[in-house]
Amino acid sequence: MKKLVISIVLVNLLAACASEKPKAPEAAAPVPPPVVTAPAPEAAPAPAPVVEVDSLNDPASILAKRSVYYPFDVSAVQDADKPIVVAHAKYLSEHPDRNVRVEGNADERGSNEYNLALGQRRADGVKQMLVLGGAKASQIETVSYGEEKPKATGHDEASWSQNRRSDIKY
Amino acid sequence: MALRPSTELMELLAIRLSPQAGKSLVIRTGLLQSMLGLLLLAQASVASAVLTIEIIGAGEHQIPVAIVPFGGDGKLAQTINEVVTGDLQRSGLFRLVDPAGKSPHELAEVSYPDWQMRGADALAIGTVALQNNGRIEARFRLLDVVKQTELAGQSVSANDDQVRAVGHRVADLIYEKLTGDKGVFSTRIAYVNRQGKKFSLMVADSDGYNEQTVLAQNEPIMSPAWSPDGSHLVYVSFETGHAAIYVQSLYTNQRMVLADFRGSNSAPAWSPDGKQLAVVLTRDGSSQIYLIRPDGSGIRRITFSAAIDTEPNFSPDGQSLLFTSDRGGSAQIYSMPVGGGAEQRITFGEGNNFSPRYSPDGKGFVYAHFSNGKFYIAAQDFQNGQVEILTAGGWEKKPSFAPNGKLILFASEARGRGILATVSSDGRVQQHMFTQSGDAREPVWGPHL
Repeated sequence: MKKLVISIVLVNLLAACASEKPKAPEAAAPVPPPVVTAPAPEAAPAPAPVVEVDSLNDPASILAKRSVYYPFDVSAVQDADKPIVVAHAKYLSEHPDRNVRVEGNADERGSNEYNLALGQRRADGVKQMLVLGGAKASQIETVSYGEEKPKATGHDEASWSQNRRSDIKY
Repeated sequence: MALRPSTELMELLAIRLSPQAGKSLVIRTGLLQSMLGLLLLAQASVASAVLTIEIIGAGEHQIPVAIVPFGGDGKLAQTINEVVTGDLQRSGLFRLVDPAGKSPHELAEVSYPDWQMRGADALAIGTVALQNNGRIEARFRLLDVVKQTELAGQSVSANDDQVRAVGHRVADLIYEKLTGDKGVFSTRIAYVNRQGKKFSLMVADSDGYNEQTVLAQNEPIMSPAWSPDGSHLVYVSFETGHAAIYVQSLYTNQRMVLADFRGSNSAPAWSPDGKQLAVVLTRDGSSQIYLIRPDGSGIRRITFSAAIDTEPNFSPDGQSLLFTSDRGGSAQIYSMPVGGGAEQRITFGEGNNFSPRYSPDGKGFVYAHFSNGKFYIAAQDFQNGQVEILTAGGWEKKPSFAPNGKLILFASEARGRGILATVSSDGRVQQHMFTQSGDAREPVWGPHL
């Protein structure tokens, strides 16, 4: 029983790692033709009795939300987004073996260096709220990308509002 | 990539005053430039830049000067003419007089009345040839048309792939003789090029040509800054997943980590004596300014606010710093002694202000001014506090002075691309430099070599 739980967690971890990786280049290697072989008998998947559902992977859970957004030149988590951070704080306090990386971002209005500092302050603000909510500081790493890694590249509020953001990444 | 300089190679950019000018002094452009030239030579993979340069506006008091395309090797002469005229125009201080119909190359061929008629105050003539040893030799004279005398006569020699360097040297000599200020056309600039997710740290000639890649990666690069002797760049790289500061030699490409504490390590600035850097760290909380030695030792915090303090820049005498802070509620420029304490806000009024840089004479500073959704390049005088907006406004960021204080380099945007731009310090002449591809960001002008 215990073994199964661990392996589920492991799979989750791997999935989380995979999602962190940069996207593959567009000119991806051609897909090899399917190899038709009889499945090895030992590879038959056992019907796994699910003993514990990790709420982190439940798309209906508030934990599926991993980003918080900010007004211009503001680094405090907004009231509307506070339940998200609080939920992650609770999850982290209940899962002391899990770690997160909080990545702060800024829109392009400001110098690159000011925006790096602003993104860091946003990420550190999320960390502070996670710690207040029960997470340990050692579970949380904060970084800033400033305006260097925009999610949306337009020069308008529609893009800027998406780039003023902190992401909580497991 | 490490290259050993040899005596012969160090002659690369040696410049001799011509015997005709009655002098036999040999001027070296310096070990560094020679070595840099070497390093750049070795980076054969780098494509030579195709630039489009647009010049906008004209200076108030322009010196009318005629540049006659050099005689001799036609192809070399054409490149030199393009470089010299481009440099002089970009400065905003010269009006180029069309030499149409007249093409003297030797002193004996010059008829001064021809040039007085055309309204030229000065005339540059010369010849260029490819020597048997593969080197370019250009001889040129600068003549005072009004007084009918020779102002300068020089011979410039360089390797055959350094023809643009010959042009910049000729332009520097003309500039110096006619304005009394040191020319900056032979200096270099650094900037970051972003193309999709690829970031490249670039070094190029002052006109944007001859670009060379110092570092290329798929993680952001920010905030390049030159060591005072031009031998090293310090910059911010995200290669380990967060902002850390690296120092890289332009001789050997060797690099080392200067600061890699938790959080962000950024905004490096070298002190004028080269003995320390100001950096911004978040290791103790918010973004604060620290001093650190070039080997990463002796770290010392010098600002103690709960706000963002960033973008430190040393005064030319090394005694003071300008920096950006939002301690007053929005981003503004502040000054402080390098030793700490006595911080003072120095920009006021509408909008936010960023990225301060002292002028080389220390009498004022330039910065990026943001108001009503636009960035402008602005200058402010310390004595009277007067602010001058130098550009029309747009997406204009990160200004830095040429070492002679007469031109300001900044990042701009045109036709949907990040480009490099310069503006004369009186705001009258602007130049846009379109690099081959991608977005040019965060340019910084290097020192005299």
